[in-house]
Amino acid sequence: MAGYILRRLLQAIPVLLGTTFLIYFMVFAMPGDPVIALFGDKTPPPQVLEAVRQQYHLDQPFIVQYLLFLGGIFRGDLGTSFSGEQVSDILARTFPVTLQLAAISTVFLAVGGITVGLVSGLRKGGIFDASALVVSLILISLPIFVVAFVAQYVFGVQLGWFRTTVGAGAPIQDLILPAMVLATGSFAQIVRLTRASVIETDGQDFVRTAASKGLSRKRIVPIHILRNSLIPVVTYIAVDFGVLMVGATVTEGIFNVPGVGRTLYQAIIRGEGPTVVSFVTVMVLIYLIVNLLVDLLYAVLDPRIRYVK
Amino acid sequence: MSSNTRAAQQHYVAPVEETPLVAIDAVKTEGKPTNLWTDAWADVRRRPMFWISAAIILLVVVVALFPNLFTQVPPNNDCQLSNSNGGPTAGHPLGFTKQGCDIYSRIIHGTSTSLSVGLIVTFLVAFLGIVFGAFAGFYGGWVDSVLSRLGDIFFSIPYILAAVVVMSVLSQYASVWTISLAIGIFAWPATARVLRAEIFRVKNSDFVTAATALGVSRVRILMRHVLPNSIAPVIVITTISLASAIVAEATLSFLGVGLPSSIMSWGNDISQAQRDLRTAPQTLILPSIALSVTVLSFIMLGEVIRDALDPKARARR
Repeated sequence: MAGYILRRLLQAIPVLLGTTFLIYFMVFAMPGDPVIALFGDKTPPPQVLEAVRQQYHLDQPFIVQYLLFLGGIFRGDLGTSFSGEQVSDILARTFPVTLQLAAISTVFLAVGGITVGLVSGLRKGGIFDASALVVSLILISLPIFVVAFVAQYVFGVQLGWFRTTVGAGAPIQDLILPAMVLATGSFAQIVRLTRASVIETDGQDFVRTAASKGLSRKRIVPIHILRNSLIPVVTYIAVDFGVLMVGATVTEGIFNVPGVGRTLYQAIIRGEGPTVVSFVTVMVLIYLIVNLLVDLLYAVLDPRIRYVK
Repeated sequence: MSSNTRAAQQHYVAPVEETPLVAIDAVKTEGKPTNLWTDAWADVRRRPMFWISAAIILLVVVVALFPNLFTQVPPNNDCQLSNSNGGPTAGHPLGFTKQGCDIYSRIIHGTSTSLSVGLIVTFLVAFLGIVFGAFAGFYGGWVDSVLSRLGDIFFSIPYILAAVVVMSVLSQYASVWTISLAIGIFAWPATARVLRAEIFRVKNSDFVTAATALGVSRVRILMRHVLPNSIAPVIVITTISLASAIVAEATLSFLGVGLPSSIMSWGNDISQAQRDLRTAPQTLILPSIALSVTVLSFIMLGEVIRDALDPKARARR
């Protein structure tokens, strides 16, 4: 087990280096001078420009900038945004919001998706199954911003059930609508995964054995079928947690949620290279850690999977 | 004593013609030979979902190629601000945008943009995915390690985010080609992974061993024997990636880092309409419907193909 964890951690290192380098390279290649953009319409004296460039190491060659940045990460220093705020402070402020949003979304996904998938799988080919398939295909096809706008219009403007924008310091129930919107993209995947898994488990010998022992269907479904069907679903939900935080860029923008996604997007638009790289680095780190945890969880849930290669 | 039993036999032995084994082992010699593809076609042909999605896709392709067959109204030049956000009138069945342009005409003329981006990205993803996946899967060892880690790097950068960064870099050159490049360059690892896994499965088959024993070269084995037998899941994922590419273009245009407003695109129109959601929701909803129906038809097609090519999926139906 320890060897497996170590191996996975070692594998993550080149991926992390490559990812940060790639992002840093792309941001560095961005057109326009962020320092001049910082001053807006005013033309700053060249000495000031020079000072700002030096402060952010923009006068150094690219590879030096990258190494300085990498060194900073190892010291836990993520740099300063152009507005003078510590990137780590911005992350500390925005990350909990995005995390909350993704968590609420995951709850919706897990409860809703597994329930629909279970019923579909148990009544394969029935009316419920057929309608669930149609609805899930439509949900997959709707781009997230379309879902977001329609939800905002119907539930926020017409029905008035939710506030249309969240804003800073909003109570947690304001995140419910954005979280539901965020969940629509993966909902269909969870439903079909659960359905397929339930159908497969339902045909297993141990289910037939349980039935022939005289157990009622009421007991077989939750204990024997559902529990054994959940392994791939749990894995998918865990991996999807990272995807939800990424999908949050659009959703957070539309609902004005003060999370990482919106901040990140604004940083890209303003050409704040170091801020973007820090945020993406943290996201990739989280993604890799989540993946590692998922693999370990998988091994725990299913004893058939050997984690020693 | 039955006439079937020879003198020395103690027990009755059924004649070969009567044993069920004959039925199992029998190879149909009459009729056309079937393979995965003819079976899949026979399966696909029977499903209404295939014909519906194929009809919509055909319509979308015709609209993209010949927009003038469907509308005589110019999408850009004939806009009157007095019509701003107006409802339907004679000759303008869907009403007007904020700039007073005909919505129906803009939807018709925006079709080719979405479709081109979808197709270019799909070719790029299929090409990169097949090259990387095939080499990683077939050669294994350090080739696999290097290529797979490279794929991991592209895979672990959030998809839309990466495209946002690339498009910001290339903002002066924003066009159908650059946006396709920005999407495609981060979308191929999924295809490569699927193909790699499939090749791992196929390359240990008996027919590969037989080809090796006959002295067929490695490259030829890969191209003639392994690749054609592992391509089925790639076709499924490619069809679906076409749909995701169309969505990605619309999302980028919506975020304001996609195509310039001079290029007609559903994503641009939706982006323009978002501020008027309360007063003129139709300006946002109508292009969204066009977008969603197109995406839905490609996803449906992908589903049907998946069911036809994957016997496991067929059993679950």
